Amino acid sequence: MNEHHHIISYKKLTAIWLALLALTALTVAITRVELGGYKVLGALVIACAKAGLVIAVFMHMKYEGRLLRWLLFLALLTLAIFIGLTFFDVLYR
Amino acid sequence: MTTHPHKDYAGAKLGMWLFLFTELLLFGGMFLLYSVYFKRYPQEFAAGGRQLDWIMGTVNTVILLTSSLCAAMAVTAVQRDELRRAVALIGGTILCAAGFMVIKYVEWSAKIGHGIYPGSEHLKSGPPGESVFFSLYFITTGIHGLHVLIGGALLAWIALKIKGGEVNAGNDILLENGALYWHLVDLIWIFIFPLYYLIL
Repeated sequence: MNEHHHIISYKKLTAIWLALLALTALTVAITRVELGGYKVLGALVIACAKAGLVIAVFMHMKYEGRLLRWLLFLALLTLAIFIGLTFFDVLYR
Repeated sequence: MTTHPHKDYAGAKLGMWLFLFTELLLFGGMFLLYSVYFKRYPQEFAAGGRQLDWIMGTVNTVILLTSSLCAAMAVTAVQRDELRRAVALIGGTILCAAGFMVIKYVEWSAKIGHGIYPGSEHLKSGPPGESVFFSLYFITTGIHGLHVLIGGALLAWIALKIKGGEVNAGNDILLENGALYWHLVDLIWIFIFPLYYLIL
């Protein structure tokens, strides 16, 4: 019946939710103090960590096969190339 | 003789993920615009960001994270054949979606009430960077809000299918894909929130 699934327990999902709330609180905290450019970096690093948790557990990517993982990597790489090449232009114009 | 409609679990899931990648690139384009203009108009973006209510933004973040938890739990519930609980959890997600939209409505109407909307006289007479910031704010949160509405409707339809017995532990791909769409909505907000409400 459930040959495809790894069923994720309610407990684990709740733990991830708590971690996401804690990271949200941390983002708010670090952006309320004056850190200059570091707060942009800090907020983005935390956002990426949160996104990682959502994709890995809520979206079950941790339990998917190689095909979907590689496709995700490819999509993120494409996005990174777009952003990277654009900034090559914007920063060194 | 009963007929078994053809089901392709892996194909359905692959198709959903491919669609989600196109969504990622759609929003990626808007984040790219944000970052390029942020580089060009840092002061104006800072001033614009300070005009947004970060408390409302934080409340909406908590609401969306909770809605995502409910959606993920609904998938677990269906897989364990706890169908009543699954429907209740989807109800929780939709309730959160409604709360999110109400707060969004309050925020947008406050901005529009102050004469801040794309093409408004107030923005035309102000610095160009401020106008760009709010145009990007309205287009990004607008398209995101549209996704919230679509996702809510999609999950409501799936809840009816669970009640009707068409979605169950043996056949849950529709719910899994609906939940994936919902998590994408949450994922995009995770980036909108710091970039527009907090960083500056």
